[in-house]
Amino acid sequence: MTDSAKLHQPHPPPKGERSHAGDFSYVGIDAILEQMRRKAMKQGFELNIMVVGQSGLGKSTLMNTLFKSKVSRKSAQPNPEEKIPQTIEIKSISHDIEEKGVRMKLAVIDTPGFGDQINNENCWQPIMKFINDQYEAYLQEEINIDRKKRIPDSRVHCCIYFIPPTGHCLRPLDVEFMRRLSKVVNIVPVIAKADTLTLEERDDFKQTIREELRANGIDVYPQKEFDEDAEDRLINDKIREMIPFAVVGSDQEYQVNGKKLLGRKTKWGTIEVENIAHCEFAYLRDLLIRTHMQNIKDITGSIHYEMYRVRRLNESNAGPGLAPGQAPTLVPAHTNGQTKVNGGPPNGMAAQCEVLTHEM
Amino acid sequence: MLAQQKNLEGYVGFASLPNQVYRKSVKRGFEFTLMVVGESGLGKSTLINSLFLTDLYSSEYPGPSHRVKKTVQVEQSKVLVKEGGVQLLLTIVDTPGFGDAVDNSNCWQPVIDHIDSKFEDYLNSESRVNRRQMPDSRIHSCLYFIAPSGHGLKPLDIEFMKRLHEKVNVIPLIAKADTLTPEECQQFKKQIMREIQEHKIKIYEFPESDEEEENRLVKKIKDKLPLAVVGSNTIIEVNGKRARGRQYPWGVAEVENGDHCDFTILRDMLIRTHMQDLKDVTNNVHYENYRSRKLAAVTYNGVDNNRAKGQNSTKSPLAQMEEERREHVSKMKKMEMEMEQVFEMKVKEKVQKLKDSEAELQRRHEQMKRNLEAQHKELEEKRRLFEDERANWETQQRLEQQKLDASRTLEKNKKKGKIF
Repeated sequence: MTDSAKLHQPHPPPKGERSHAGDFSYVGIDAILEQMRRKAMKQGFELNIMVVGQSGLGKSTLMNTLFKSKVSRKSAQPNPEEKIPQTIEIKSISHDIEEKGVRMKLAVIDTPGFGDQINNENCWQPIMKFINDQYEAYLQEEINIDRKKRIPDSRVHCCIYFIPPTGHCLRPLDVEFMRRLSKVVNIVPVIAKADTLTLEERDDFKQTIREELRANGIDVYPQKEFDEDAEDRLINDKIREMIPFAVVGSDQEYQVNGKKLLGRKTKWGTIEVENIAHCEFAYLRDLLIRTHMQNIKDITGSIHYEMYRVRRLNESNAGPGLAPGQAPTLVPAHTNGQTKVNGGPPNGMAAQCEVLTHEM
Repeated sequence: MLAQQKNLEGYVGFASLPNQVYRKSVKRGFEFTLMVVGESGLGKSTLINSLFLTDLYSSEYPGPSHRVKKTVQVEQSKVLVKEGGVQLLLTIVDTPGFGDAVDNSNCWQPVIDHIDSKFEDYLNSESRVNRRQMPDSRIHSCLYFIAPSGHGLKPLDIEFMKRLHEKVNVIPLIAKADTLTPEECQQFKKQIMREIQEHKIKIYEFPESDEEEENRLVKKIKDKLPLAVVGSNTIIEVNGKRARGRQYPWGVAEVENGDHCDFTILRDMLIRTHMQDLKDVTNNVHYENYRSRKLAAVTYNGVDNNRAKGQNSTKSPLAQMEEERREHVSKMKKMEMEMEQVFEMKVKEKVQKLKDSEAELQRRHEQMKRNLEAQHKELEEKRRLFEDERANWETQQRLEQQKLDASRTLEKNKKKGKIF
């Protein structure tokens, strides 16, 4: 910044002078970073993560491990007994956590009962409805005439999908769910309870999963089409080589080699959660929190939410006199040059759900 | 009259009866059928391979786990293993596709059908006249694999076990037990046993015996139910000795180590101590249940519904069968009579038809004859006319000829100079 300011300066400044007070070449544009930082610290961040998977795959434990505190539904529940609910419920627990002055409002959305019944037909419906409801709420706030300065963001930024460690291939339920949801939210698939698999089994399993995802056209985060430049692509390619991450969660500490570490102790050894040689939890945490959190939020806001918004507004603008419930006509979407056919049953909200699940 | 126990005064020799039985059984060989049920990816094939130290599912014949299944199927594979002169014909029944689809309602139906069909086969072969060979393909035990979620039983598990506990010996196992730490494992087991009791599922019970020693062993096993197993057939070096296990970056989980998992207990129980008991329970309890249910259904269907329902239970099966036979015979007679009647009627009809057609034919014959006669007459007529014409023409010809002759003679005379 200072260099470019110098170029426009008619008289080059004498060398050696660095103080800003007497430095004519310093404009101060770089101070904006400091201002943004201060503002962000004051405002705080919001992050909404949804965890989806069969019961018993370690979802709540992983959430606790990720944020190193008891943020999961289990810890919030006073009753420790686990009963599989008859229908899928969606439970959202919010926490305010703080680290080095940075405040974060974290919401963990849990989905107990997913994939646990005997007949799991349409078990993704409540989840899709929930995600769309969050988009709808945000949209309503946005198109308000008198709107708040900061719209509370309850949109689901990221959905972590837990794959059971069978070691063979994806189950039909997994494929169905990810296919439908990758279109509305960022999905991060992980292999749950990865301490079941030996290293060779793990690699084989990952290979199989990647091929199946590719064969079914499921675009998981980080999506290839949203890479902005070569640098991003490089980093994201490295990540894409590693998904799905094989994770192990634990919220208990054990002494290993004199250090206190999070892990699981069995009779034949102790599994260290943060050891890269044991499991890939560290990579997941880096992806979600340390490097790509802002990117995830951006994609949710600018792409998924925009798609929803365009669809929704086109539906209600389908024609004068047409109630939002009536079937709208063919509408080209603005994002990524894809054409979507909006022809569905005449139900305002249900039409969105139907369109989302409509095969293109 | 109770048999009194008498003391023998000398050595008779029937103490060698067990030896005779033993020799005969060894010659005959043994059969054992084992069914494995569970979602795909729970290590069923690996466990079977580990249990019997054979590669039932090798790389040339890939097991069900590597093939994608659309519906639940039931597959049988037989293997003949020999050890110490004893032959065992081992049949493994696998159920690929169980619990894998999105909608798993009634995925237990093929399994139940298979078990029932095996019972039926045995029932039929038992009721045959020639019973020399009775192959026993009934399912002696069913190993049900529970996924190691750590929470409790899934609705599918409960449904399946509830439907099968009265048909087969159900032995629940916790699969892939190296996922669980010892504490989690304990809690999981307790939770499962609690749920099993809550839903009144009757899993296979180890028999109590008279000996104190055995009872203690049995009690130890009972405390560890359901057994948490780990399967592996790869041999790894651990502390200088070779053992089967799974190699992880943080250690090796040994399959045959009692501290690590309950595999040895399962193997001992299934093969070394309780195999005969499993077969006995299958024969005496499950098979008998099936048999009485099946026969009662047959006899109930045979009796007229108007009769009092109380009567059926008091009649013995033989009397039932007699009655059934009589009814059947009378029904047959009735049917026969009816058929005869119908037959007669048909015959009459046919005769009538034949007569009619005969008359018809006769008539036509007459008509044709008349036609022919008419034609004949016509033709005669024509011929006569023709003959007349001919005669006319002939006479005319003659006349003409005469005239010609006359003129010719005149000419001739003229020529001859008779010119006057």
